[in-house]
Amino acid sequence: MIEAFLTFDFIRYSVLSGLIVGIIAPLIGAFIVIRRLSLIADALSHVTLGGIAFGVWLSSIFAVTINPLVTGIVFSVIGALGIERLRTVYSNYKELAIPIIMSAGIAMGIVLLSMADGINNNLFAYLFGSISAVGKTDFYLIAIIAVIVCLFIFILYKELFLLSFDEEYANVMKAPKWIQIAFIIVVALVISASMRIVGILLVSALMTLPVASAMRVTSSFKQLMFVSVIFGEIAVILGLVASYYLSISPGGTIVLVSLLILLATVLKKSNHKQRGELDDQSV
Amino acid sequence: MSETIFEVRDLSYVYTDRPEKTPALKDINLKINKGDFLAIVGPNGSGKTTLVKLILGLLSIQTGEILINGKRSRKFNNWDEVGYVSQKSNSFQKGFPATVSEVVLSGLTKKKGLFKSFNKQDLAARDRVLELLDIKDLADKNISALSGGQTQRVFIARALVTKPSILVLDEPTVGIDARHVREFYDVLSRLKNEEVTILLVTHDIGVVVDKADSVACINEHLHFHGSNHDFQQLDEAEISKIYGFPIQFVSHDHDRECCS
Repeated sequence: MIEAFLTFDFIRYSVLSGLIVGIIAPLIGAFIVIRRLSLIADALSHVTLGGIAFGVWLSSIFAVTINPLVTGIVFSVIGALGIERLRTVYSNYKELAIPIIMSAGIAMGIVLLSMADGINNNLFAYLFGSISAVGKTDFYLIAIIAVIVCLFIFILYKELFLLSFDEEYANVMKAPKWIQIAFIIVVALVISASMRIVGILLVSALMTLPVASAMRVTSSFKQLMFVSVIFGEIAVILGLVASYYLSISPGGTIVLVSLLILLATVLKKSNHKQRGELDDQSV
Repeated sequence: MSETIFEVRDLSYVYTDRPEKTPALKDINLKINKGDFLAIVGPNGSGKTTLVKLILGLLSIQTGEILINGKRSRKFNNWDEVGYVSQKSNSFQKGFPATVSEVVLSGLTKKKGLFKSFNKQDLAARDRVLELLDIKDLADKNISALSGGQTQRVFIARALVTKPSILVLDEPTVGIDARHVREFYDVLSRLKNEEVTILLVTHDIGVVVDKADSVACINEHLHFHGSNHDFQQLDEAEISKIYGFPIQFVSHDHDRECCS
């Protein structure tokens, strides 16, 4: 695989994009999981699918080349803003925003996929990721998104922490409302970036599984973010290697490695508990 | 003449999203001066927490107005001067992987301002309140691993870390053992000496009698608002009328407790 990495551009772009996504997805995922918004990633990824179909459809209608990732990003950001608006409209049933936007995304995806000739060839790659689908433009877009995400978290870390930990206190302190909107837009960007590698159906897994695993072994929030990224990177590297040698979609292999990590952390914690109980009994 | 910190004028509030749209508050008028320690008492569901939430801007004002430092609450900007401890601190995400130290530091977020990270002075401020609340040994512990009382002390520390000039406390000592309750009120007494304005919602009439300068009794309406001395002149029949059921004062040591 190293030889292929050095020889083929598309492998290089895929691996480098995978490594980037392995950092940013768990990083923003830490805030999503903590705020119990895990399903937002699913909703937005389905909206992104609609955006991609829209891009392909536009390309076929106007005979111009439009990168579907760009329309995917635009749709995802619009979907993110829609979720935020609906969370305000249904203030006592905030979770309703997610199924509404998710079903809208799926419906749009189906309609536009049916209208857009030619997307069927790439559909599998969009749904489950592909090691050969990342082009030069995609790679640069993913790199730009990564810079935005890292700057956003670095600069607004303390505000994001307060919003995630205690929204009521953040409201008393009058934390700026735009941070919440910017946060959800950043989530949309990460989903669009991750989609090429892990696919639409599994993008939320890369944002939540490493965090769920890290939660079992960390006690502070900074530790959680750091360990989530480590787990994310392990999953991406092993998943991409398995995908290359087995010639299968990387989405599945990456998520399966993430699940194995999760299983290991769950078993480790259970063993610790059992050992603790045995120690207690022996005293 | 002492400076007015909070002024509540003709305030009424109805929870419109509840099936029975009975008013939670009706025609409330209150004033709290600088350095004053006001205790708000009343039975469960009497509107005490609603009043606190309206003052803090967590609920939108429907009728009436609230002035903070002479400004309408919506235009008041110095929220970093306000420390707040909510009822049972149940608003935070349970199971959150954060240490006590991280939680207490988060109280400085507003004061610090955007785009600035915490520095040595902030860490010193954190250590000061951890010591004050006797939780320094818990600094690196996960917040979810603490008992209810310990958690509540962490939230009190978070409210005090900014050295606020106004403290709003909604039943802050729920779940805290007697020794730490006493220590908490000692801290409040010290803050009061430093001219901190304190607004305390409580069920503990003993604390009211012992510590507060003035008392407001609320049960939808404002039934009493006056000095602690005047409050102590009320007899049990009058208090029972406010609470809506018979009240007896049971004295032990220097406190008098309220029970039905």
